Amino acid sequence: MTAALTRATAVELLAAMGAGEVAAVEVVRAHLERIAATEERLHAFLRVLDEPALAHAADVDRRRAAGEPLGALAGVPLALKDILCTAGVPTTCGSRILEGYRPPYDATVVARLRAADAVVVGKTNLDEFAMGSSTENSAFGPTRNPWDTSRVPGGSSGGSAAAVAAFDAPLGIGTDTGGSIRQPAALCGVVGLKPTYGLVSRYGLVAFASSLDQVGPMARTVTDAALLLGAVAGPDPMDSTSLQEPAPDLLGDLDRGVDGLRVGLVAEEIEDGMAPGVRAGLARAVEALERLGAKVADVRLPHAGYGIAAYYLIAPSEASSNLSRYDGVRYGLRVDGATTEEMTARTRDAGFGDEVKRRVMIGTHALSAGYYDAYYAQAQRVRTLIMRDFAAAYESCDVLLGPTSPGTAFPLGAKIDDPLAMYLNDVYTVPSNLAGAPALSLPAGLDDGGLPVGVQLMAPALGEPTLLRVARALEAELAFDPTPRGARSSEEVRA
Amino acid sequence: MTTAPGAAEATAEQAERWEPVIGLEVHVELSTRTKMFCGCATDFGGAPNTRTCPVCLGQPGSLPVANAGAVEYGIRLGLALGCRIAPDSRFHRKNYFYPDMPKNYQISQYDVPLCVGGGLEVVTGAGRRHVGITRVHMEEDTGKSSHVGSGGRIHGADHSLVDYNRAGIPLLEVVSEPDLRSAEEARAYLTELRAIVRTLGISDAKLEEGSMRCDANVSLRPVGHTVFGTRVEIKNMNSLRSLGRAILYEVVRQRGLLDAGEPVVQETRHWDEDAGRTSPLRRKEEITDYRYFPDPDLVPVMPAPEWVERLRADLPEMPGVTRSRLTEGLGLPAEQAHTLVHAGLAGLLQDAAAAGSGPAEAANWLTNEVLTWCAEHGVDPADAPLTGAALAELVGLVADGTLSARLGRSVLVDALDGRGTPGRIVAARGLRQISDSDRLAAAVDEAIAANPEAAARVREGNPKAVGPLVGAVMRATGGQANPRVVNELLRSRLAAPG
Ligand SMILES: [Zn+2]
Repeated sequence: MTAALTRATAVELLAAMGAGEVAAVEVVRAHLERIAATEERLHAFLRVLDEPALAHAADVDRRRAAGEPLGALAGVPLALKDILCTAGVPTTCGSRILEGYRPPYDATVVARLRAADAVVVGKTNLDEFAMGSSTENSAFGPTRNPWDTSRVPGGSSGGSAAAVAAFDAPLGIGTDTGGSIRQPAALCGVVGLKPTYGLVSRYGLVAFASSLDQVGPMARTVTDAALLLGAVAGPDPMDSTSLQEPAPDLLGDLDRGVDGLRVGLVAEEIEDGMAPGVRAGLARAVEALERLGAKVADVRLPHAGYGIAAYYLIAPSEASSNLSRYDGVRYGLRVDGATTEEMTARTRDAGFGDEVKRRVMIGTHALSAGYYDAYYAQAQRVRTLIMRDFAAAYESCDVLLGPTSPGTAFPLGAKIDDPLAMYLNDVYTVPSNLAGAPALSLPAGLDDGGLPVGVQLMAPALGEPTLLRVARALEAELAFDPTPRGARSSEEVRA
Repeated sequence: MTTAPGAAEATAEQAERWEPVIGLEVHVELSTRTKMFCGCATDFGGAPNTRTCPVCLGQPGSLPVANAGAVEYGIRLGLALGCRIAPDSRFHRKNYFYPDMPKNYQISQYDVPLCVGGGLEVVTGAGRRHVGITRVHMEEDTGKSSHVGSGGRIHGADHSLVDYNRAGIPLLEVVSEPDLRSAEEARAYLTELRAIVRTLGISDAKLEEGSMRCDANVSLRPVGHTVFGTRVEIKNMNSLRSLGRAILYEVVRQRGLLDAGEPVVQETRHWDEDAGRTSPLRRKEEITDYRYFPDPDLVPVMPAPEWVERLRADLPEMPGVTRSRLTEGLGLPAEQAHTLVHAGLAGLLQDAAAAGSGPAEAANWLTNEVLTWCAEHGVDPADAPLTGAALAELVGLVADGTLSARLGRSVLVDALDGRGTPGRIVAARGLRQISDSDRLAAAVDEAIAANPEAAARVREGNPKAVGPLVGAVMRATGGQANPRVVNELLRSRLAAPG
């Protein structure tokens, strides 16, 4: 019974709870037990919220029994990235500098999840302030990949990806600034969607790079991801950059198929740097789409290759300013000093990890007088060119297809001392962030080493319904089994 | 060691070789109900850090949302100053570390401000001058630090406390062109700008309380030259008087350097009101690179053209127009009109005139008694607790002889003290002037009986001796006797027997 509950999708759990076959408390307890069994090997969570989760589940059960209204995700367990503010519950962003910080307010996404009655079972690990592609930059130790615990889960939303992949929760919330939802989704064999910029409120999302950050869903199925996105999307008066129009209908067209759909295969991205297993996964996706009646043709994004350079100027520049508020004066860590300046310097030195310091320094330099035009302003021009590339491509295509990440999950420690190699993980994902457009990663089988391979679907702004429809058709055709398996998988824990 | 500004004044203003070039940067704190980027109240007072929320405290994850009311105030000031309103202006971040500033950056405007290219007229003894307005932009205020255990200085303090109640209060920064040529013109400019701001009702614009703040850029150049000299920025002038003193001091200081062949250093200097001098800020307090970049949390400000035109149509009358209405329309002398407009009393005058008062009489009460009362009570004349109707009533009571001028003053003070309308005060105090000879006859006879010597001298033909007798009658009637009638009665009773 317990194993069946953790294997179920959100849709299946909602049906079972709705039919009275199982109580929310049982569902949540089963997942908390699963977390307890896997956590020692995975470290997906920074904080498990056993008691509040069970209390929320009990409240759902009580309201259901009383015939009171319930939210769209009533009783479904959810893993929340620890970069979204939760009132009164520590929010660390994976950083020492926010150790012990309890926000006085809920992020809009958190408030909407609560309104939907999703049950937050815990707050998940991440690269410090979402800066990284392996979750090794967490100040509280790395998360491991459920498919092979000697390998990274990707990042920065590695904790949520690992939790969903390990059946700790059917739903996860991640954030994506340059690929931080999609790359860990690919490396952990789950679905991850980075929405259109502005579709989901950023209020209460601790900022890394404000013009790129988006909150999005992670799940083991496309339908679950659509359901979760629907619960959190939509205008928010607290976020000036949130879109004014209501969120599009995400579920209506989900099963309409892809017959006649025009798919652009992002050609030049296939050329170099891609692992053979990823190439094979992409080929499987192309074949599957063609079998389903879609027309696949090569397209070019001539400036996409400059995306990573532009991204690594824009994101650190914004981060250097966003992170200047951590000074020891108001909240979080404080290391005393003889003067205010000394206190701030000591606090930041002790509180930030190497990667954060690196990006703050890069960003501070890029914004400084005399360099602004050459770096930040130039990077913004590249951004415009990439947007034009996408616009041109969508004249002949409905969606674009390409790899999510150049390779599959890599061993812990393999790239941690080589920032440039680590940054290249984002080469296929950053263009969508720069363009503010939606993109989704979907599992497309395993490589020769038994590790999941992800493919990426991209669509124009607010093209989420199309994106999800294509992903749903591909998911059914590829029939990926999301169960981590192999000698060093998290499944071994239970054996 | 330092030149006394008073002594310097004449020489500085008459200096032949060097011409002062002055530009002002004025910050106006807006009287919107809520802060610039959050819903917190802007009211003064309140225990420290009680008028705060996650946004104005810079809590992680919080986001700013621009206050449409503050944008409206900014546009109205821009329109009043004849500026062009930018169709698409931006917010930038000004980055520097300071504990008063919760995010360690200030949201401001940089290369595309809300309003550009206006101007205003100033009039001084030297004549009329058009002063260009470079720009008007929006930004947020910071909090306030206090330092404990060091007499209020940060250096050597045991600890410091920060109050963020003022953090995020909306500000407009008005930057003038370097068009001002004397301390007197700088004061006239600030006075005129303050009058405009008050007329618009967008700020109480009090220099002493910091709701209007002014920095000055001062340089000298040889008379007849067009190239600017090295500029010094002066901060911390919190009254019109200190603005004038600081500029005079700085002009004399720079002239001394230039005359001695020494260079003026480009720097920021702090005006010390008590010492009467400027001194350089510590280098550490000067920041050279603010790393401005567009704030990605905010969208461009794009006011609809129809809205801007509606705001333009709804602008109130500007002080210059009001002044000419007071002079040409109501016949007041120019100087009195100027005084009334800048004191913020023009509205009260016009209300009184509308309520039937003669403009000259109302203006005299305002420029004499009301301004005196405000100065004695530390009340801004614009906030004088008097209505036009009350003033008109008072003017009427004096004009119809109900009150003597002296009683009128007393009644006005009572009215300002909040004791009611002049009519009610007169009734309550039984102050009606007594002009009826029958009612005064007894008091006059008693006065003559009690002061035989004075009466004798009057009878002997010494009219000045009547004074003590009039005084006695006034005392006996509580000041209500009509002095003219009393004089007539005394004269007729003490006339030499004929
Ligand atoms: Zn606030």
